[in-house]
Amino acid sequence: MVKEPDDVIVRTVSRFMIPIIQLFSFYVYVHGHISPGGGFQGGCILAASFILMAVAFNIKEANKLFKKRIALFFIGFGVFLYAFTGVVPLFLQGNFLDYGYLSKILPLNSVMARYYGMAIIELGVQITVMAVMVSIFSDLVTAGRNEEMLKDNEDGNYHR
Amino acid sequence: MITIFGTLLVVSAVDFKPWGDPLQPASVHVSPRYIERTLEETGVPNVVTSVLADYRGYDTLFETSVIFTAGIVVIILLRRQTDGKGTG
Amino acid sequence: METIIDKFNYWFYIAMILVGLYGMMLKNNLMKKLIGMNIFQWSIILFFISIGAKKGATVPIIIKGSQEAIRASDYINPLPHVLMLTAIVVGVATTGIALALLILIHRRYHTIEEDKIIEALKK
Repeated sequence: MVKEPDDVIVRTVSRFMIPIIQLFSFYVYVHGHISPGGGFQGGCILAASFILMAVAFNIKEANKLFKKRIALFFIGFGVFLYAFTGVVPLFLQGNFLDYGYLSKILPLNSVMARYYGMAIIELGVQITVMAVMVSIFSDLVTAGRNEEMLKDNEDGNYHR
Repeated sequence: MITIFGTLLVVSAVDFKPWGDPLQPASVHVSPRYIERTLEETGVPNVVTSVLADYRGYDTLFETSVIFTAGIVVIILLRRQTDGKGTG
Repeated sequence: METIIDKFNYWFYIAMILVGLYGMMLKNNLMKKLIGMNIFQWSIILFFISIGAKKGATVPIIIKGSQEAIRASDYINPLPHVLMLTAIVVGVATTGIALALLILIHRRYHTIEEDKIIEALKK
């Protein structure tokens, strides 16, 4: 029977760092236009914050933070957002995914409409990548022998 | 088998251009046009983001659908219903 | 002799491809095959990125405020970077699904050695 390790330092530091990591991921996404970054990079960093929660604490605590059913909704919502801003220029007599024609409904000129169209589709990509990574990690951890970890045990330690 | 494949790769690598040559065939056809015109057509200084999201946005749409499919497949393979209640 | 020194990055990537192929084909454990596939895939991604380099050029982010015309030889080629972003994400998806399949195989056969699985299939 293994004694539970004394990880006060890891838990305190990760409790402090997780909101900072999430804020940094939004910073990397928003500055995708003028510095290296964008949708994929911001989505991976946001997923890393939830995985840090699962590694430092139980998998049950991480499941309370970001439930599996909500992740399933976000997986589809990101792709829908991308395709939606691709289909809207079709109704405004443009081509598919031609954001210049978004200037007819938004109060922008044609160059800035492409700028903001890119921002919206990068948001869709970020949401999808984040939800898929957290969902794959959570499924790989709780399958196999540990499926009872998500039920109501007294703690999530590994009892043989 | 691996030695045959290795000698094939080495023989074909002799024909490549040296590293860092600006006249490589990968850098000649389309990418000077992307670098020169990105600021006046889209207003985004980052050429990588503008090519990924605007000039080649169709590829990015299907690549997002690839990772969507991977997430759905892992959910189908590895989740089981427990007492009909579901988890979380 | 100049051809060997000028193109030393190609020799490095060829070595990495051969290591990945060796791991994929000649090892018995399924997890080692998966790691070999991952090494092979990353060596191809790094090879494509190394194609787009130019001598004396900088990062492909255009510096605003300069009045002269933008020359394409001042910035490295952005196209391989863009295509390899897609390739990295596809690699992540493939690795995730392969790990899920490994868990299912282990649940069914209680082993992940390839020859033991083939023996159990023949019975």
